[in-house]
Amino acid sequence: MVGLIFNRLLVAIPVLLAVITITFLMIHSAPGGPFDYDRVVSSEVMQQLNQKYNLDAPLYEQYFDYLVNLAKGDLGPSFRYPGRTVSEMIFSGLPITFELAFYSITFATFLGICFGSVAALRRNTWLDYLPMTISMAGICIPSIVLGPLLSLVFGIWLGWLPVSGWIEGIPESKILPVITLGTAYAAYCARLSRGGMLEVLGQDYIRTARAKGLSEFRVVVFHALRGGLIPVVSFLGPAIAGLLAGSFVVETIFNIPGLGRFYVQAAFNRDYTMILGTTIFFSFLIIIFNLLADIVGAAMDPRVREGNSK
Amino acid sequence: MTYKGKFIVKIFKVSTLVIFLNISFSSCSKQSTPVASSIQDQILYLSNGTEPQGLDPHIVTGVPEHKILLSLLEGLVVSHPEGKGYLPGVAEKWKISDDGKEYIFYLNKEAKWSNGDKVTAEDFVYSWKRILLPTTAAQYAYMLFVLDNAEDFNKGKIKDFSKVGVKALNEHTLKVNLKNSTPYFLSLLVHYSTWPVHKTTIERFGKIDSRGTAWTRPGNFVGNGPYVLEEWKLNDVIIVKKNPHYWDKETASIKEIRFFASDNETSEDLRYRSGQLHYLNTIKVTKIQSYKESHPNEIRIEPYYGTYYYRINVTKKELQDKRIRQALSYAINRKEIVETVSRGEQIPAFSFTPPDPVNFYPSTKIKFNPTKAKELLRDAGFSEEKEFPKIEILYNTSESHQKIAEAIQAMWKENLGIEVELVNVDWKTYLERQKNLDFFISRAGWIGDYPDPNSFLDMMLSGGGNNQTGWSNFEYDSLIRKAAEANSVEERNKFFDQAEHILIDELPLIPIYTYTRVYMLHPYVKGWHPTILDTHPYQFLSLEP
Repeated sequence: MVGLIFNRLLVAIPVLLAVITITFLMIHSAPGGPFDYDRVVSSEVMQQLNQKYNLDAPLYEQYFDYLVNLAKGDLGPSFRYPGRTVSEMIFSGLPITFELAFYSITFATFLGICFGSVAALRRNTWLDYLPMTISMAGICIPSIVLGPLLSLVFGIWLGWLPVSGWIEGIPESKILPVITLGTAYAAYCARLSRGGMLEVLGQDYIRTARAKGLSEFRVVVFHALRGGLIPVVSFLGPAIAGLLAGSFVVETIFNIPGLGRFYVQAAFNRDYTMILGTTIFFSFLIIIFNLLADIVGAAMDPRVREGNSK
Repeated sequence: MTYKGKFIVKIFKVSTLVIFLNISFSSCSKQSTPVASSIQDQILYLSNGTEPQGLDPHIVTGVPEHKILLSLLEGLVVSHPEGKGYLPGVAEKWKISDDGKEYIFYLNKEAKWSNGDKVTAEDFVYSWKRILLPTTAAQYAYMLFVLDNAEDFNKGKIKDFSKVGVKALNEHTLKVNLKNSTPYFLSLLVHYSTWPVHKTTIERFGKIDSRGTAWTRPGNFVGNGPYVLEEWKLNDVIIVKKNPHYWDKETASIKEIRFFASDNETSEDLRYRSGQLHYLNTIKVTKIQSYKESHPNEIRIEPYYGTYYYRINVTKKELQDKRIRQALSYAINRKEIVETVSRGEQIPAFSFTPPDPVNFYPSTKIKFNPTKAKELLRDAGFSEEKEFPKIEILYNTSESHQKIAEAIQAMWKENLGIEVELVNVDWKTYLERQKNLDFFISRAGWIGDYPDPNSFLDMMLSGGGNNQTGWSNFEYDSLIRKAAEANSVEERNKFFDQAEHILIDELPLIPIYTYTRVYMLHPYVKGWHPTILDTHPYQFLSLEP
């Protein structure tokens, strides 16, 4: 297991380097720069700005300077927001995005596993068809439609929940964003756990467990679920990473000051250091969560565990 | 029911019911909204567009920044809340010399910084030096170029700031010397680039010309406006509270203002409708009509000092002939555009400078005349036999720009038979292509920095950074120069009017409409009047039922 972790982390270094290099080249080849405004900046001012932000140096020099600073843990200053560092901005949005992602994934897995398991246990009855139809709808409706729709119904018409913001001390403000972000993932989880459970419920060891006279509760919760959820667990790693990186849609709809919004704004503003910083950060998260999913998956699946120890 | 999973299914059914009931009951009550309780707690909730770049008045350049700075800092004069000229700010009175080139400002002795220090004439000298220093790289330094030698100092031609036309005669008297008589000088003083900063605070966190130091953070910010910076949550909200040291604190009745950052029109709209905002910054075009019917007391449509226009790249051979540009202009039905496309009661443009009954009302005319348009195109050598080559309209991604471009594309096709391709690019690409003259025709908008025709017309000077059409005209340049040196307002306006006529005849830009501000304001907010630059000093506002 330690070998697996070590190997994966070692592979991560060239992957991150490739991400940095490609992103660096892409942002510098995109038209327009961080200091292009609708009121044109005079050439004297532009010169001063380029000098202050080291943009007058040759590109390769900027690239190596960036790598050297990155190695020291310095992601540089934001070009768009004078006086803000990229790290400061990432860490201002990160806790909120994490919280949003955590609640959403919890909501998604809980709901998805419940629906999926029941559908598998009640195969070909309305308890199978209904959740699966709902989950198909959940996958199909994008959050950009679901969010405003929920806001309209629960925020404006019924007036039960706040329509925007992520306000500490007002937990209701978090309900709509979490449902909006989590629904599609809940739907995937439901379908995956249904498939996984169906496969496991037909296995010999379940029959053995039942033959031993175990209660149905024990059979399902302790024996079937464990094997049936492996597809869900391996889906969770990339799902969490995708959820974090993709949270910007929900953050924009509900005006949540998370990291996703910074990411998108940085791209539009040509805030070079901010784009690089957030890209590196998200790539790192994706690597870590995929690794975690593999570790948990291995721990749950005896076949993988044994395969590794051989 | 078979034995399999009976228990699990039961649990599932029960828990679903419990969750459903829980959600329904826990949130079944309608919530009290921030706006509903604002009369009691005297908090004003405003939507404020994108996250401000910063709060350093000498560095930032945008409208959201201006709206926040208006609460935190104050210049020598302040805008009249009803747009009727200027009221005393830090200066309690001022004297203008007969030639209009010298201003003496007598500062209010009660004017204080939020830490209790006095606001002195020296603070203004320091602040104007700061914005004019080349090393500060301030984009708005040109706002002070009307001062003697200010431009030369900013361009590094002179190093000695004492030669620039601003001096502190004593602690409370400031003398300003201008290059020319500048009738709009007071209007420059309500622009944040001319507002003072607190020297000790600036230098506690950096040097005079340091950009982006921590002085603008809550706890550090020392201002002289009616409010002080209390909290700043990135991409979320900026909270300001009443400044106990403000000289006119009795007038300011609102205790706290919250400026919300938002880059999504739909989300802002929902926020307003659910009672979380008193003020909705923008309204989607598609909703204007329905709000006029459903919220007639809240929707506001007011004149705004800006022009929506199409830039023409006159260096392209297809557009070099002015008859072609005139044909394009004659073929646009502006009335139809404002009535059916932009739908915000905009005024069909007949000049580049927006008509302002108080200051300057251009005498130019722009008509819709398809017959004349066809004639001009024929005169320029194009007809059914020789088709006009295909050109492009460049615009930045936005539903409203797209709709206007589509309408104009259809009008040119119908009235002139010419094919136009629409090119939609992102904001920064659009800016770069304009800067490099890499376009045929591009949509543009200009909002005056100050309510004076100069704010529009000096933009089209030969080689001006914002000209971006490749157009230059010697006569036009000399008229603008003469206007700057004119001795009377009448004479000045006459030169501007002549310049405006040259522009409308030559058409390096095709004006489409004069902007209006379309927004929603809750009836609780009192003292908010229409002003041409959409400035509403907060000390004059109140929250009443």
